[in-house]
Amino acid sequence: MLKIKNLEAGYDKLKVLKGISLHVNSGEIVTILGANGAGKSTLLNTIASLVKPTEGEVRFKGRNVQTARPDYMVTNGCALVPEGRQLFPAMTVRENLILGAYTLYGRRDKKIANEYLSEIYSMFPVLDARKSQLAGTLSGGEQQMVAIGRALMSGPDLLLMDEPSMGLAPIIVKTIFKAVLTLRARGKTILIVEQNARAVLEIADRGYVMETGMLVIEGDAGELLNNNDVKRAYLGRDYKEFTD
Amino acid sequence: MIYSREWETMLREDLHQLQVERLQMTLNQVYRNVSLYKDLFDEQNIEITDIKSLDDLSRLPLTSKDDLKQSYPYKAFAVPLRDIVRIHSTSGTSGTPIVVGYTKNDLNIWSSLVGRVLSSVGIDSHSLVQIAFDYSQSTGGLGFHYGAEKLGASVIPASGEEVLKQIQIMRDYRSSALISTPGYALHIANVLEKQGIDPQELNLTIGLFGAEPWSEKLRSEIESRLKIKAFDNYGLTEIIGPGVAYECEHRCGLHVSEDHFIVEVIDPKTLEVLPEGEEGELVFTTVTKHAFPLIRYRTGDISKIIPGTCECGRTFRRIARISGRIDDMLIIDGNNIFPSQIEALLFEIEGVEPHFQIILTRVEGFTAIELKVEITPDFFSFDEIKRAEDFKHRIDHYLSTRLGLHAKITLIEPQSLGRTSGEKISRVVDLREE
Repeated sequence: MLKIKNLEAGYDKLKVLKGISLHVNSGEIVTILGANGAGKSTLLNTIASLVKPTEGEVRFKGRNVQTARPDYMVTNGCALVPEGRQLFPAMTVRENLILGAYTLYGRRDKKIANEYLSEIYSMFPVLDARKSQLAGTLSGGEQQMVAIGRALMSGPDLLLMDEPSMGLAPIIVKTIFKAVLTLRARGKTILIVEQNARAVLEIADRGYVMETGMLVIEGDAGELLNNNDVKRAYLGRDYKEFTD
Repeated sequence: MIYSREWETMLREDLHQLQVERLQMTLNQVYRNVSLYKDLFDEQNIEITDIKSLDDLSRLPLTSKDDLKQSYPYKAFAVPLRDIVRIHSTSGTSGTPIVVGYTKNDLNIWSSLVGRVLSSVGIDSHSLVQIAFDYSQSTGGLGFHYGAEKLGASVIPASGEEVLKQIQIMRDYRSSALISTPGYALHIANVLEKQGIDPQELNLTIGLFGAEPWSEKLRSEIESRLKIKAFDNYGLTEIIGPGVAYECEHRCGLHVSEDHFIVEVIDPKTLEVLPEGEEGELVFTTVTKHAFPLIRYRTGDISKIIPGTCECGRTFRRIARISGRIDDMLIIDGNNIFPSQIEALLFEIEGVEPHFQIILTRVEGFTAIELKVEITPDFFSFDEIKRAEDFKHRIDHYLSTRLGLHAKITLIEPQSLGRTSGEKISRVVDLREE
């Protein structure tokens, strides 16, 4: 699905990604773990073509897309759930969701968009109940659901998720990650960037660990959960649980 | 059978992506955590971020046994000791052994790699596997043991048992596979013959041999005498132990587990990388080992990469069976000895430059060593037999205590060893395959 080689990107003179190579196979849930500032969000933004790489190669579904426009990525099946949800608080839930379908504007597309919409409502019934409510009045978890739903409105094959657990209570994180498993069961491929290593490794197949713009460890989720470096660096206060 | 189809038959294109990813991560790790590699890279002004493809691998420096010996004991480890759960080492007959550590995850990977080897030769959960390798510092015993258990085979750790006991186990427990050195298998065949036991009465069908080079001739001898199918496999303690490369049912070379080890063949003189099909020295880079990663490690073993694909369906490339060494290292029943070590011992005893020759023959499967030593003329002029005997004893004692070797020692007159035109004595005469 996705193959990245020697990717370098940054902002002005600041090089954030220093030669990243990774791959995501179809149907996989892959996570990229790393501390704040490691370059995780930049990596997702570069895959989504929001940031242009200075070097390297991104192959999506077999095509080189490192110079593609962001809308090309969306229309071809790669959607981003951005960090911090980035909803329009003064618009309703339904309006926010519909915005995600901006690539579907034809008459027949409308039908498809409606199908997507009802799928999202069935996955997150709470959104159906609150579809006319302003997005800004929702709880953090509900807002995250809207952000995921909005990305799903373009019917992506690859979903890029930027810290979906950020600022959420553990029980809500569970709900969100359960939804990720459901999406995979429906045929989606998912790449999640996370700081909450423990939670995400419970649902991911594989993971990479990123440090200061470089990948340093790769492995099956189970392997990473048991890797002492990962434990020390990313499992934070949960470390005790693992050592006891 | 193919143990992990997902990996062993992966598309070459996907394999290359995986190798590049893992290589880059390994480089990031060793540059940060192992001063040996950091210093080497810095000295040669190598930016690890410049390694962008497998072709760039050849820009990295080669490393050798000596580099690792200088890191004795733990300096080449890439993780703190608290993360290490197992420590093996090379035989260290040359003084300093190479100490190799494993994390929990390294052990898991190692067991699966050995699982590939065992599956490939037909061992499965129904097999009774008799392991006659040493369960000690060397990796043969425990390496195969864990791999066989992972497969669910019944494992009989039979190392250290004397041969009659081995045969009793083999017959009574109905072992179906024997894992040992090829020499030991031959020894078993000899004893079976002496005991009048027909190998057909045994359940043994598979032999998996390694730890020393063995010829096709020896293979067919073992096969016909033990009535089994014999397979080769390749591994080095420094790299991981058994599990680096293995034969499949077609026995047309050994598949390298390329998702974990990148193999190159170099010209040992020019150090240039050789194309597929050309014979040279095997060089390995590990790309998944956490505790003890190796970058472009020179094995000293001579082989080549066999071009083309194998009928078994594995996409991993094959290396030819090891045809020799680039140095004069001798592999005697699984132990590594250099003639220079014997030279050093003799020098220590005699105090002068010794002239000697090592003659290796095969007796009942094992290597028999004869050490011929030229002694100084005054030995004979004094005609002191006692002194000569004493000298022999000292050599014998030193050989067995320092190098663990048992040799027949023959003292001979000066200038009696055959010399070539360059006045050089060939130090080793290996008649084991004759």
